[in-house]
Parts: sequence; C-alpha cells; structure tokens
Amino acid sequence: MQRCIETGGGNGQKDGQYPKGTGVIELSKVAYSYGGAQLFSDLTLTLAPGSFHFLTGPSGAGKTTLMKLCYAELVATSGMVKLFGKDARDLGRDGVALARRRIGVVHQDCQFLDHLPLADNVTLPLTLAGRGAEAQANLPDLLAWVGLTAQARQLPPELSGGERQRAALARAVIMSPDVILADEPTGNIDWDMSQRLLTLLVELNKMGKAVLIATHDLNLIRTAKAQVSARVLRLADRRLVAAGVDL
Amino acid sequence: MTRLRRTLHLLTGAPEAERIVPPTGFTARLTLFTAAAMAFLAVFALALSLAAGRLADRWASELARTATLRISAPAGEMAAQTQAALRVLDTTPGVASARALTADEQRALLEPWFGPDLPLETLPVPQLIEIVEDVPGYDATGLRARLQAEVPGAVLDDHTRWREPLVQAAGRLRLLGFLAIGLIGAATAAMITLAAQAALAANAQVIRVLRLVGAQDVTIAGAFVRRFTLRALGGAAVGTLAGVVAVLFLPSADAAGGFLTGLGFQGLHWLWPLAIPPLAALVALVATRAAALANLRAQS
Repeated sequence: MQRCIETGGGNGQKDGQYPKGTGVIELSKVAYSYGGAQLFSDLTLTLAPGSFHFLTGPSGAGKTTLMKLCYAELVATSGMVKLFGKDARDLGRDGVALARRRIGVVHQDCQFLDHLPLADNVTLPLTLAGRGAEAQANLPDLLAWVGLTAQARQLPPELSGGERQRAALARAVIMSPDVILADEPTGNIDWDMSQRLLTLLVELNKMGKAVLIATHDLNLIRTAKAQVSARVLRLADRRLVAAGVDL
Repeated sequence: MTRLRRTLHLLTGAPEAERIVPPTGFTARLTLFTAAAMAFLAVFALALSLAAGRLADRWASELARTATLRISAPAGEMAAQTQAALRVLDTTPGVASARALTADEQRALLEPWFGPDLPLETLPVPQLIEIVEDVPGYDATGLRARLQAEVPGAVLDDHTRWREPLVQAAGRLRLLGFLAIGLIGAATAAMITLAAQAALAANAQVIRVLRLVGAQDVTIAGAFVRRFTLRALGGAAVGTLAGVVAVLFLPSADAAGGFLTGLGFQGLHWLWPLAIPPLAALVALVATRAAALANLRAQS
C-alpha cells in the first residue's frame, strides 16, 4: 500500500520564501488520534508550489482533520507538519498566525464574522495584517471576480450557500496566499455554481498557487482533471493513497 | 521599549480594528458603571488623603514651634512669678518670643467649657504664657531646671505629649486614604478583568475565526483592550466630574473648626482629580490586556 505521496508542482510553480525543494506544506509520518481512537497514522504528504490535489474519502475518514493539520489548527499526535519549511510545533502562536496569512482556507462551514458585512469579511485577513488600504483597492475587482459586487454590504446570514462559498473563496485568496485549502467547497451549491468555483480555483492554480480540495464530488474531480494536472488522493482506512488512475 | 510601543498601539491603532469584535452591551455597561463609581469614590478618598495630609502638616509644623508655660501661684504672687518667668524666657536661647495671655484671651480659651461671662478674676486660674520657638529651638530640660529654681509654680508644656499622637493619627488617616485609592484601583481592575473575560467568552467563535484568518494574539487582544480602556476612561471622567462637584458642595470648616481642616481640595490640589480618568484607563488597559492574552493562550 502506498503511504507516501510526493507531488511535484506542475501548474505554474513560483519560488516561495522557504527552502528550495520543499513543499509549501509537508506532512511527514503524521498520526492523529482523537478521543483515544487513531484517525490516521504514518501519513506523509507534500504539497509542492503550483500543485493541484483533490482529497477524497468516505465521511469520517478524516479529510477535514487532515486539512486542519495543514493549517495548524490541530497538532499531530506524532510525526511532523512543516509549513513553508518550518516545523509547525516550533512556530509558536504568532508564527502560526503569520503562516496562516500564506494559506488561504475555504472552510466547509465558511466561518464568517456575522456582525460584519460581506466586504469586511472578505478583507478581514488584510485588515488584520495592517494592510487595510490595500484591501480597499483590491476589493471591487475581487468581488466582481466572484460575482458578489451587489452583495458587498450584506451580512453573512443574509447570503445564500453559494454566495457564502464564493465569499469564502474571495477571503481565502485576498492575501495572495501560496496555497489554498478548500474543504468541500461545493458541498452546499448547485452544479453550475460548483463549476464556477472550480474555474476560480483552477485560475488561481495557474497563477502558481498550490491547491488542495477535499471533496466527495467525483464529477467535480473529473471536470477539473480536464482543465488542470491534478492528483487525486484518497484517505481511507487511516491511510492516504493515490487514487488518480481510477477516475 | 518595543513592549511599550505595542501596548500604546493597542490604543492608537486603527479604530476599525475594534470592529472585528461585535458590540457587547452587558460588559460595556458594566465597565462604564464600574469606572464611574470607582472614580467617584476615588475623588473622596483623594480629598480625605489630602485633607489629612494638610492636618498632619499643620499640627506637626505649627504646634511643634510653640509651647505653653503654666504658672500656678497664690493671687498675690502671680504677677511677680509671671514677670520672673518672662525674664527667664527672654534670656533663654532658642525662644523667639514669650507673652503672657491676657485675661480676655484666657477667658476665650475657657469659654467652650464654662460659657461666656466667666468671672475669671475670682477663680484660681493659672496664668498662661505662650512661647514661640526659634530655629533650632530651646533646650527643654535646661529651661525646666531654670524655671524650677526661679519660678517654682511654673510648668512647661511643650505639647509633645499630645501633639505626637495627633500627628500620627493624621498621618495614618492620610495613609488610609491612599490605601483606599489603591483598593479602589484593585477593585476596578478586578471588575474590568471579569467584564473582559465575559466578553472574551461570549466571543469565543469570533476569536476562533480571527485566528483562522491569521490574526495574532496582540491584534485580537487589542480590539478588546481598546474598547475597555476607552470605556473606562469615559466612565471615570464622568465619575470624577460628579465627585468633584460633590466635594465642591461640601460645607467648609467654620472658624471654630479652624484647628481642624476642611475636607476637600485647596489650591493646586484641585488638579489632582484630573489624574483619576487616565489612571482608570491605565488600570483597564493592563487588566484587559492581561486577561485577553491569558484567555487566548489558554485556548491553544
């Protein structure tokens, strides 16, 4: 059984501020246990700059947990998680926060601040980074890109599922991150909207961003593989295996 | 220096940074009320401290430079002994002046106890001589020895016996006033810490989202610190103003109480309450920052 997934960047790599030859995110022999049960073990994965991956697997296999390990919301029980060449354990709280500014995450449940309008939610990463002026300059184009110009002043609870997913994507990319992690980004939206989101992610990948999408949607994966060189990983039975040839 | 700069940035940072945390009505009202009430009390504690300080200083300085000579003698010898005592005092180094009180002055001293129209001349009242000391003062032991030899009926009272406990009491009162201010500050810090912790707990999900999109602890804490500090400043300003107005309307010490002192501010002391709002804001800043950073670290 293949446990170690080494992936090269094939879609517009760019040099990042981390050691050459390393991935933007690297998991090495990672295990994670929760409530006494081991969710997975001995998991190795490297996301190279400009790479495009899908992560599939049955519900409960640990896809969301794996994503959370990738942006250091969870800490591996054993093994090592490296963000931009540095062990996440050594980063400290501020270091993790700074690393997350280089990782755009589209959460399954979007995770907005409900008291702020959509525009402020989208620009939140830049505001927190003290780059508010830059946020205002880029916001109109970004909202137009995701088709949410008219909804800029609406509060998140007033948005539809698709609008929230697109807004989450806009927030994920506003810092021009090195990697985008999307957890079931098309879970709550119709096929047309999911195609539109996929197109956005493919565009970003062509701009050099590494992309990892966790999804159940095999049609989405097939469509993506027609547009971009994507690897498909399957998380099952506590192991991560390459599954691209089956699709 | 960097720490100070970062702390100041919590206050001077962009106001929009505060918006990342939703308004919290309950904790806002609690902070405002606490700061206002504590500032109001602090004004009175400050007035008490300053008044006690004035009292202690007055008793220590004025009474320390005076003494009283009491002459008890038969009526026929009183004048001679008084003159003899004044001659001794005139030739004593360290005595600036000595003066026998007049009958009217002695009557005025006894009036609070015996009422007006006291027939002083018919009573065996001792003659009092007021002594004002020079700097550095006289030798009390030597003076007593001379008086014992030349004016047998004279008793020197240098006020030490009752002045020291009074000065000590006034000093303790001043200390208690400052202690009260310290306790008020500590209580303010405790209340604001509780309010900040309540706000942090109520915003746990907001804080989680902020962390996920790359917010550093100091940024998240800053949103709370700025909010609580400005509220404490505003509340304390209102409380201080109310306290100063209340002190203004306190009755002043009348002439009979001239030996005491008025409870309130005098002269430049009126400026002291101006320090209360900034100090309340400083207390809020430190308390909120500590609570926020501890809370955020505990979440990891």
